[in-house]
Amino acid sequence: MSTRQVGEKVQRREDPRLLTGNGRFVDDLGRGALHAAFVRSPHAHARILDIDIGDAWELEGVEAVYTWEDLPGRVAEPLPVLIPHPALTHPRTGYCLATQEVNHVGEAVVMVVARDRYLAEDACARIRVDYEPLPPVVGIPAAREAARLVHDDVPGNVAATLLQEVGDLESAMAAAPHRLTLDLAVERSASTPLEGRGVLARWDTDDGSLRLYSSTQTSTGLRAAVAAKLGLPLAKVEVVTPDVGGGFGVKIVHPWPEEVLVPWAARVLGHDVKWTEDRREHFVSAAHERGQLQEVTVGFDDEGHLLALDVRFWHDNGAYTPYGIIVPIITATQLLGPYKPGAYRVEFWSLYTNTVLVTPYRGAGRPQGCFAMERTMDAIAARLGLDRAEVRSRNFIQPEEMPYDQGLMFQDGRPLKYDSGDFPASLAALKALVGWEDFEGYRAEAERAGRRVGLGIGCYVEGTGVGPYEGGHVHVETDGRVNVATGLTTQGQGHQTVLAQVVADELGVRLEDVHVTTGDTRAMPYAVGTFASRGAVMSGNAVALAARVVRAKALRIAADALEVSPDDLEIADGVVSVRGAPGTAVDLGTVAVLANPLRYAFDTAAQAATQFAGTFDPQRPPVAEDDEPGLEGRDFYSPTQATFANGMHAAVVETDPVTAEVRILRYCVVHDCGVMVNPMIVEGQVHGGVAQGVGGALYERMVYDEGGQLLNASFMDFLMPYASEVPHVETDHLETPSPLNPLGLKGAGEAGTIPVSAVIASAIEDAEGIPIRSMPISPPELWALRQQHAAGTVTAQEGPS
Amino acid sequence: MKPAPFVHHAPRTVPEAVAVLAQVGHDGKVLAGGQSLVPLLSMRLVTPGHLVDIGGVAGLDAVEVDEAGVRVGALVRHAGLERHAEAADALPLLRQAVRHVAHPAIRTRGTTVGSVAHADPAGEMPAVLALCRGTVEVAGPRGGREVAAADLFTGPMETTLEPDELAVAVRFERFPAGTRTAFAESARRRGDYALAGVALAVTLAGEEVTAARASFVSVTPVPDVLDLTPVLAGLALPELPAGEVAELVRGHVDPESDIHAPAEYRRMLAAELTVRALRGLRDEARAGAA
Repeated sequence: MSTRQVGEKVQRREDPRLLTGNGRFVDDLGRGALHAAFVRSPHAHARILDIDIGDAWELEGVEAVYTWEDLPGRVAEPLPVLIPHPALTHPRTGYCLATQEVNHVGEAVVMVVARDRYLAEDACARIRVDYEPLPPVVGIPAAREAARLVHDDVPGNVAATLLQEVGDLESAMAAAPHRLTLDLAVERSASTPLEGRGVLARWDTDDGSLRLYSSTQTSTGLRAAVAAKLGLPLAKVEVVTPDVGGGFGVKIVHPWPEEVLVPWAARVLGHDVKWTEDRREHFVSAAHERGQLQEVTVGFDDEGHLLALDVRFWHDNGAYTPYGIIVPIITATQLLGPYKPGAYRVEFWSLYTNTVLVTPYRGAGRPQGCFAMERTMDAIAARLGLDRAEVRSRNFIQPEEMPYDQGLMFQDGRPLKYDSGDFPASLAALKALVGWEDFEGYRAEAERAGRRVGLGIGCYVEGTGVGPYEGGHVHVETDGRVNVATGLTTQGQGHQTVLAQVVADELGVRLEDVHVTTGDTRAMPYAVGTFASRGAVMSGNAVALAARVVRAKALRIAADALEVSPDDLEIADGVVSVRGAPGTAVDLGTVAVLANPLRYAFDTAAQAATQFAGTFDPQRPPVAEDDEPGLEGRDFYSPTQATFANGMHAAVVETDPVTAEVRILRYCVVHDCGVMVNPMIVEGQVHGGVAQGVGGALYERMVYDEGGQLLNASFMDFLMPYASEVPHVETDHLETPSPLNPLGLKGAGEAGTIPVSAVIASAIEDAEGIPIRSMPISPPELWALRQQHAAGTVTAQEGPS
Repeated sequence: MKPAPFVHHAPRTVPEAVAVLAQVGHDGKVLAGGQSLVPLLSMRLVTPGHLVDIGGVAGLDAVEVDEAGVRVGALVRHAGLERHAEAADALPLLRQAVRHVAHPAIRTRGTTVGSVAHADPAGEMPAVLALCRGTVEVAGPRGGREVAAADLFTGPMETTLEPDELAVAVRFERFPAGTRTAFAESARRRGDYALAGVALAVTLAGEEVTAARASFVSVTPVPDVLDLTPVLAGLALPELPAGEVAELVRGHVDPESDIHAPAEYRRMLAAELTVRALRGLRDEARAGAA
């Protein structure tokens, strides 16, 4: 009997290949391809007066130089607004190559195609673009003030404003015995996958078709977008996603300008063309996230129960809005976490600035929302002199209240209705894990040794696995090999392992016989993409459903062959056998042979399916009317709403009394993503998420100067944490299955990232006794904050309003 | 991020290398470990027409230890120096400091001499060379010469080496008997350029301090040496006058503000690191005495 795979810590099947240098990333493909490079704007805001390509052509090996003027038809039109929204009244997107105006440093202006990247960059260096600099809008205060505009026709720099309200905020606030107001700020950061963006286009002149290899999070989305831009039939465009070295959100945006220009140039030149983004390009021409200013006013009673929560925030969406207002919508809705807010009103302004555009980065607006809510919880506890965990606990939605409708519209346009979770149990597990009740003893001991320590906490709920759908295709070959395809792409998460685990269980085959293909439109043309912690939820359930289709067919065919009822059969280790009579069996490979009636035998096994093999009933057609040849099946999973994972983190930090350096001594995570297909991979996701969260809390920021130059556009100055900065993560798991899908899964991909800034702020505040209202925080900033407090120059930011 | 075109020269001997340098003059750059130069080339922040790659030059890869000190050839990698037991015995400060040079991968390729010649104020090894009153051995078209550390560094990334000269080795001098050394730095991330750092040498006669000197990383334009002897001489280490030391350091250093830290923070940090390094030496001396 085969072991059940779901729930096992199965080793990642990807790793031997990836760790021995046998991964195949876009830049590993396309030997002989021409290389593209781009002249990019050095100005944050400027009019393009003239482009002089000079003698760039004269360099030997330069094949083409393109400006916007050269682009035909829809290639010359603005890029699509991927997610329109009624509140997004002023959407703006850039062009593949800028025309007339540039709106951030790094915007592509000229494309060069050459024999290699060196030559392409040499040619770029010879091209002169004449700009008339315009005053740039940098930072949220400047955008809000709107003394200058990013886009002349967007008044106030406001791309969108959206207000949602549940209950009667004004009356509830007025009646609240206590009120606090907090001004909060979260800095920019970015996905910064180790592999940047990249695209290789192969135009087949004979066939009139295009194959695109892209480091993308959505092969089907890209396929549709490129086909539309280039005016090609969908049938003539294939998108293949090879190994991808991380995405974290930035690669869900599509088509990037380069993803249109590279295939267009390949078609024009009749030659493979490739572009591999370099690190500097990634910093200035991909996407950032996180930047928000927030103002929270909360009304609460003597016990710390929330009565009214009024949140206003200003979201920096950068120069363009191709991904709509998904990020601020998520902030506005997921801010509530595991709590009942009383009356709730949230309003945001999504503002243009002359900086790199803002699209989802792991967490996607939730870290900011969590920061706002959790800072508020700590402020309430401080005001009332209550334990911080206790205040949280008093506001929890209780397990028996599930499903719980928060009364808001979520990012998928559907109700924000929590399906599952046991928040009191999660909190109890976290308190036990971190030793919440014993901390004061530890603090006193540390103080005696001249050390300063603090304990922080943060809770979140994460809507995961949003629709509309994903598909699965399962195909059993005649040698028993099982091919599984799903259309969403993989960026290193371990989908080839977890999806194989699911299919192995559902079909009754050995794990090693299952082979998973992701993100290849040839294998599965219907798909959405990898974002919103949806890989396991969506494709896991889709391949499970597809495997069930195949299983039913296998049982039917085997039942015929063995002349028993399908109900008497079971499948294990790839063999269909009669329950209780293991000798009476047929393996799945043979079933696959029988499933495909043949005229020609391609090997000995296939002879059983040919017309004189005597294996069929002459009274019936070889393929029944309601049947198809082959042992394969396809199904789709399409949920009515998102499923809601949750978690709670706690950290113990030490702050240096003199230098203000911050050390994370302990980091504890309690996490509930429902059924864990592979607990080891879930832990890995949590660890990676915490690592990125630590980056956002203590290290990473985008340092724009007032002219809109990004001063730290390299890994030397953008302080992504090293392994040495990431604490050991202690984890505990709750498994409250989602009732919404067959496998009971909830997403896990972003979880680790969401509360880290809130937790570290809480811990530093606890250590220092100084309110922490802005993240990230560096030692020099904490040092300065101490001095301001000592000098009394910081005004109380949470006075009664 | 690909370098602009350049001519690659691969001399096999020091005279060959010097001859090429003389020929290309200001348009040439010496390539050894490449850990500073290659990123600058890739970002086209420097665009020399000629790279004189000394990787194949014979006889530059030795660490030699003698009575006077440690001689480090131009092709000795940081990692080689770090692992060199004899060098660490002769001058513990070498290993104490070189461990702070970036990360293992960079130390495996980067050279100690290259780091000295690069003269980055954030470099650890220039501060060590200055503190131990070391010298650089230079080969050039006018013959060889030795340049004392005090005469070498003229400003950030600037030295008195001529474009046609090649630093073939550095000599780190031993400290007087009874000297204890320490190295401390603080960076935003482990292995990053330090916000501030200090190399410290304290000479004791019995328990009494007879001399104490410090040089700094990232907080002075050149690694000039601060003499702490005036505030420490005659004292036993346990009687550390922390306030006076800190004040002296704060007065000596001249940090600049950048996106990672303001000057005032770096000044505080340099002083605090110095005091803590002294405390560390004190505790070490106590432990040694016990």
